[in-house]
Amino acid sequence: MAAMCDIAFLLLTFFIMTSTARLPEPIEITTPASTVQIKLPDVNLATITVGKEKVFFGTVGQPTRMLMLEKMAERYGIEFTEDEKKRFSLIESFGVDIRQLKSLIAMDGADRMKEGVQSGIPMDSLNDQLSDWIQAAREANLEILKENDEKLRDLDIAIKGDANEAYPTIKKVMDVLQKKGKNNFYLVTGLRGEDF
Amino acid sequence: MAELNVAEKGGKGKKVRSKKQNPAVDLTAMVDLAFLLITFFMLTTTLSKPQSMELAMPDKPKIDDPTPPETPAWRTLTIVLGEDDKIAWYGGGLDNPQPNEEPTLTSYGKEGIRQVILRKSQAVKARATKPDETLVILIKPSEKSTYKNLVDILDEMAITQEKKYAIVDITEEDVMMLTEKNAY
Repeated sequence: MAAMCDIAFLLLTFFIMTSTARLPEPIEITTPASTVQIKLPDVNLATITVGKEKVFFGTVGQPTRMLMLEKMAERYGIEFTEDEKKRFSLIESFGVDIRQLKSLIAMDGADRMKEGVQSGIPMDSLNDQLSDWIQAAREANLEILKENDEKLRDLDIAIKGDANEAYPTIKKVMDVLQKKGKNNFYLVTGLRGEDF
Repeated sequence: MAELNVAEKGGKGKKVRSKKQNPAVDLTAMVDLAFLLITFFMLTTTLSKPQSMELAMPDKPKIDDPTPPETPAWRTLTIVLGEDDKIAWYGGGLDNPQPNEEPTLTSYGKEGIRQVILRKSQAVKARATKPDETLVILIKPSEKSTYKNLVDILDEMAITQEKKYAIVDITEEDVMMLTEKNAY
């Protein structure tokens, strides 16, 4: 019986040490499955989450997020306080019009994830904020790489779409990326065998 | 269950210990808590990085670019994705398809579209005279298809190891063909 206790505590220590807490996502996404087993990069990445015809955007790394926000603030003429920038850099993924971003930052983590609070980043031709966020993220990423004296490379973009999402929304996102000259991106999928 | 037997010590206390007892500490609660914590951490954290697949699209043609040469009809395969997980294919152009390769409905997966791709690939290889004459696959998703349909087809490309494929816009004629087959 003592052995079982030992194993229980060993497992517990293992899980505590080796995993990162999963942050809540704005919407529940079931990605489609594929046989391809390429691992998603865990740095230098921006993820576009698509579900229920809404688009959410997120990047990896707090400095990148803060710099990206500063660039967007410049482009849209909105001022963010240092405190707001800090709170923003802790948000993993968000999907609101930039004018509603301040109120989103002010909310609690739990309130942000409630139904209907985040209605997606607009990407119509007249109001293409998604392109601007992607551009800001790419520039922020390059600057951070330069600061850290790392090899300069473009931001990787991953599309995480819900399996039942209608094709037109995904096509819109791919068009936005292609217009900005980004032709190679990752699609986040689950894993399955070839027998289907 | 789990017990810890407290060792007997020579009594130094002022209190009189009349009965000699061997108290046993029950550790069941602690082990329960340990398992509860394990379950909590297993459920709330991520251990593995999510899987992904790469997608490479051709550059969007700019106005001044010369039109790329058309691929000869005998080595193109067009896959059209319809509504409700329905899929159709044809070889060559829609207006004059290759013999025996008129638009046909098929299914996703090993028995359906994969067989179509493999057969066409072999036919092209048999007919090719130069090494760069390979099969080119055009994927045309309709507006009523889902993202899952697209990923399934891209998966088929990976499984059959077809490297030359492109996702292109669907045409009116393709939509009419799908509607005729009740797939739109």
